[in-house]
Amino acid sequence: MSKSTSLIAKLNAINEYEREPIPESKLKGWKKFIGTYAGEHTAGTEFVLGPLFVAHGATAVDLVSGLLIGNILAVLSWAFFTGRIAVKTRLTLYFQLEKIAGSKFTLIYNLVNAGLFCFLAGAMIAVSATAVGIPFNLEMPTLTDVLPNSLGWVLTVFAIGTITTIVAMFGFEQVSKFANIAAPWMIMVFIAAAVGVLPRLGINSISDFWPVAQETIWSGVPLEGQSKFTFWHIMFFAWFCNMAMHIGMADMSILRYAKKWTAGFSTASGVFLGHYIAWIASGILYSLFLLESNNSLTFAPGPIAYEAAGIAGAICVVIAGWTTANPTLYRAGLAIQSINPNWKTWKVTLFVGLFTTIAACFPALVMRLLEFVALYGLILMPLGAVIFIDVYYMDRWGLKSNYALLSGKKLNPAVAFTWVLTLAFCLALNLFAGIEIFFLGLPGWFVAVIAYLLFSKLLQKPITAIPQSKNPLVEKALN
Amino acid sequence: MKNLLVVLSIVGLLFTIIPPFLVFSAVIDPATSKNLMFAGTLIWFTSAPFWLNKKS
Repeated sequence: MSKSTSLIAKLNAINEYEREPIPESKLKGWKKFIGTYAGEHTAGTEFVLGPLFVAHGATAVDLVSGLLIGNILAVLSWAFFTGRIAVKTRLTLYFQLEKIAGSKFTLIYNLVNAGLFCFLAGAMIAVSATAVGIPFNLEMPTLTDVLPNSLGWVLTVFAIGTITTIVAMFGFEQVSKFANIAAPWMIMVFIAAAVGVLPRLGINSISDFWPVAQETIWSGVPLEGQSKFTFWHIMFFAWFCNMAMHIGMADMSILRYAKKWTAGFSTASGVFLGHYIAWIASGILYSLFLLESNNSLTFAPGPIAYEAAGIAGAICVVIAGWTTANPTLYRAGLAIQSINPNWKTWKVTLFVGLFTTIAACFPALVMRLLEFVALYGLILMPLGAVIFIDVYYMDRWGLKSNYALLSGKKLNPAVAFTWVLTLAFCLALNLFAGIEIFFLGLPGWFVAVIAYLLFSKLLQKPITAIPQSKNPLVEKALN
Repeated sequence: MKNLLVVLSIVGLLFTIIPPFLVFSAVIDPATSKNLMFAGTLIWFTSAPFWLNKKS
């Protein structure tokens, strides 16, 4: 089989059941999801997010309690929102959205999603670059850097971006398998690296930990130029950092395979390993770096991990960054390709890879990762609210679910207006009321819910002729 | 053969996680710990791919 044929075969495999409910025989038990989520949420981002809490002056009490409550809320969101709807519909987010909002709207959604994927992949390429640059004594970026700080940095980023792009063009399946293999080892390295440096922080027994955590590691004092994080920042960030996946419904694609909606609780494995233990561990490493460098503003996960865990630590940063960047880049390519399915996948991925690599040269992408992750969830959240209402509440209001499918519309204006209005409302809260991005998701969700019901009430017209009456999906939706 | 590979992988993970705890207990020095962790990494990545993710 030629390489191109093989690639097409792989893409076909990925597209399996994209436009139909998962058959009973393909359903999986909750154990399968524990492994999937544990691997997915221990990633390159963890090397950045944990330290950023330290940089933003989180206190130890706020961090431990904020992450605990925020992560519990995230798990509940996955189970009660995504899990229930995924099991009820057995469809991907994309197809469900297409039935509600129309094919043109889904195209716009895909493009926005692709852009966000590119920036996330770019941040992870930059994280890998900080580890690859160690042997070359590369000048590392600082917390306040926006532009590339040296030619060496640009060259390193381009080298990693090129490799990542080439692999994304030809080897998605292998990277996915490699990421699964690396996941158990990565979480070990996170924990090990943090434990190994405890004596250097003055922690020589378990009883020393909490006093040092409060006074030294998470002292509550933000670094120069960084805003102050409270319990609420941490709780809302932990809850909403994967908002696109749970309340935004992107993980319908995964949880539609679940036998029961309670499989959504399996996400606890991922969030408590990746967004609790790994964030605390990477925060400890960064705190030691700050202590020994006299609060240097340099921010480079690679050298920090290398200093704590040696070559294993540096390898962990490269692998964590790369295994996050690679599938993300691949998904961005697929999303862009949805504009015109006749475009060659490899050409699209090459273009996306170039754009992502250029973005990765700008350290601001890493330094503002907290804000970016929050923005990512916020932008996609309104569509999750639309799906929630459409699946559960349209009938009670005398409205039609799956309106685009039933009416034959390619763009359901009620969804488009809901998206724009919700984001405009969140932007206004941010600009005029000074509410930080981390807190906008909650009021935004309620606005999206109300807006979608009102716009649907105003804009839905009685369906007199069924334009796609021969379509079995329409018949099923009507029955 | 698979059982042997699984045991080797577990040894690899133990080599990765235990040395830092020995540093914490002042049994070994950090340099030795880093070398052992690197050895654990090599053992893991040369054994786990042959059984993890493989359908039996």
